[in-house]
Amino acid sequence: MSIITALEHVVDREHVYPFLVPKQAPTLDVSHKVLLYLEGISVSFDGFKAINDLNLYINDGELRCIIGPNGAGKTTMMDIITGKTRPDCGSAWFGQTIDLLAMDEPAIAQAGIGRKFQKPTVFEELSVWENLELAMADDRDVWSIFNARLNSEQSSMLLETIELIGLQENAKMPAGRLSHGQKQWLEIGMLLMQKPRLLLVDEPVAGMTHQEMDRTAELLISLAGRHSVVVVEHDMDFVRNLAGDDRTVTVLHQGSVLSEGRMSKVQQDPKVVEVYLGE
Amino acid sequence: MGLLNILKNDRGGQIMLGVLLVITILVPLLNLLVPESNPLHVPTYTVTLMGKYLTLALLAVAVDLVWGYLGILTLGHGAFFALGGYAMGMYLMRQIGDRGVYGNPELPDFMVFLNWQELPWFWQGFDQFWFAAIMIMLVPGVLAFVFGWLAFRSRVSGVYLSIITQAMTYALMLAFYRNEMGFGGNNGLTDFKDLLGFSLQEDSTRITLFVLSAVALAAGYLLCRHIMNSRLGRVCIAVRDSESRARFMGYRVENVKLWIFVISAMLAGIAGALYVPQVGIINPNEFSPINSIEIVVWVAVGGRATLYGAVIGALLINYAKTYFTAELPEIWLFALGGIFVLVTLLLPKGVTGFIDKLQQRKEAQA
Ligand SMILES: Nc1ncnc2c1ncn2[C@@H]1O[C@H](COP(=O)(O)OP(=O)(O)O)[C@@H](O)[C@H]1O
Ligand SMILES: [Mg+2]
Repeated sequence: MSIITALEHVVDREHVYPFLVPKQAPTLDVSHKVLLYLEGISVSFDGFKAINDLNLYINDGELRCIIGPNGAGKTTMMDIITGKTRPDCGSAWFGQTIDLLAMDEPAIAQAGIGRKFQKPTVFEELSVWENLELAMADDRDVWSIFNARLNSEQSSMLLETIELIGLQENAKMPAGRLSHGQKQWLEIGMLLMQKPRLLLVDEPVAGMTHQEMDRTAELLISLAGRHSVVVVEHDMDFVRNLAGDDRTVTVLHQGSVLSEGRMSKVQQDPKVVEVYLGE
Repeated sequence: MGLLNILKNDRGGQIMLGVLLVITILVPLLNLLVPESNPLHVPTYTVTLMGKYLTLALLAVAVDLVWGYLGILTLGHGAFFALGGYAMGMYLMRQIGDRGVYGNPELPDFMVFLNWQELPWFWQGFDQFWFAAIMIMLVPGVLAFVFGWLAFRSRVSGVYLSIITQAMTYALMLAFYRNEMGFGGNNGLTDFKDLLGFSLQEDSTRITLFVLSAVALAAGYLLCRHIMNSRLGRVCIAVRDSESRARFMGYRVENVKLWIFVISAMLAGIAGALYVPQVGIINPNEFSPINSIEIVVWVAVGGRATLYGAVIGALLINYAKTYFTAELPEIWLFALGGIFVLVTLLLPKGVTGFIDKLQQRKEAQA
């Protein structure tokens, strides 16, 4: 670029410098009905292949159950989708346009992927209400957080969610004092406040009573449609309950897909039978 | 009222600021109105000593902001304090004018001694108070920004971060020891005469500095409390307790840390700037790593993540330090170490945490 044109640019008030344009993730495009693409993904830890050429497609609005024995790589898969772990190879796309492997955790969360951890992680010193407030979808830059005030719409959303998870009595209690099951629910509530397009739920019923399990299944089913939900579990009964007859179940084994289809079909699959009976 | 609102749920802060207000009014009166023969008279020396303590309390509040609420164990805040102090010292040096030993109207004595012919570029502007006032905050702020930007973006945390903050202040100490740096080498800056035309030897100037230190402490406290009352404060606690969880919720942890760190460094700079005219000297020892560690001990003793605990800890330990270094100087470092060990073992939440516990027990009994 010659000096003259450079000067012209400086004088031209309409000229927009590329570095001044705020970096924005491309908008989500699900015109092909698929929300999440994982293709050819492998990860190894010190030579051990935790994920091995994994291919997985999640449709928009789908509720997908992923089962697999301990160590199958379920949590690692979620780590990859949410930006915590970088795969050695493969690609991960959110819709047609958003390349997850080029983004870090906050960017992926802001793009609309929420995650519930296997071990409930709530902010123990903050109250139940404050935990939900922080999770709530809202501007996340420092100045906005500093100036944030709850508007009436947000307060009512908070109230709704806290009732939905049955913790309205505990709103002011530090989250650290909740029971294990209550923490699981709080985490689900926090996930909802984030209004993600895709929910990743890692072993949601661990440590829950049967009653709580049924309520959780109900809640997750009611979420599908508005959100896509990926539930990872190794509790077969819970998955059977959740998947019903018409949802797809994916069986993960040694870091790749062993079998995929309706629950009834998957259960008959000799490979699955072998893995689960061999356990 | 906005100010009262900030303290709404902060009983410790209400008490602390109330006591501070009483002292700020009472001490000057006892100095000016009560005759020296009266035992209630507060000598000017004591007023200045208290003013010095108040600036150190502000420094402790700044450290509590990042350590208590964000979990960043900074062992380099002495550097920000010293930089603020040097900025003030440079202004005070320029105020001396031709009253120095060499009588050079442009150059401070140490530059004449080094045979320098003209004022280095980075001393330009420091003859103006407004310029110095900006630098007092800007220099520590910019250093904290650069340091934090590099460290937090690459996710350096925990012990590693503490070590590099120590390295930062140590490196600055070595640099400031050098005569060629142009900050007076190991003698530092001293022999100050006056500030904005008021002689630093005058009682009235010293009392004003004491009052200003109290005002700065109160304002710094309210600012920190205001931040911690906001959602940003809750995000800080979230980051402290589970950094990765906060990231998965979409918060840019590195930016939160960066801005709080910068604010904290600027507060430390202001504290340093008020400290220097009251002690009359600034030299590279203020950068020494042990100073920064001491600040953390004050906060631990007072009680982390309370802000007012930092004030109490700073006052207690510095009073003890003055006492010990006068009476039993060889014992001081052992005493400090002993206090730290005892507090960590017996009062994990510091003095204020202990008082809280006593009160809760009393309420439970009642
Ligand atoms: N950060 C890590 N370092 C080393 N090995 C790991 C790491 N994360 C997971 N693994 C290993 O990868 C395998 C898959 O783990 P994980 O994804 O947690 O399984 P799952 O959630 O299906 O029970 C396990 O054998 C585990 O030990
Ligand atoms: Mg797991």
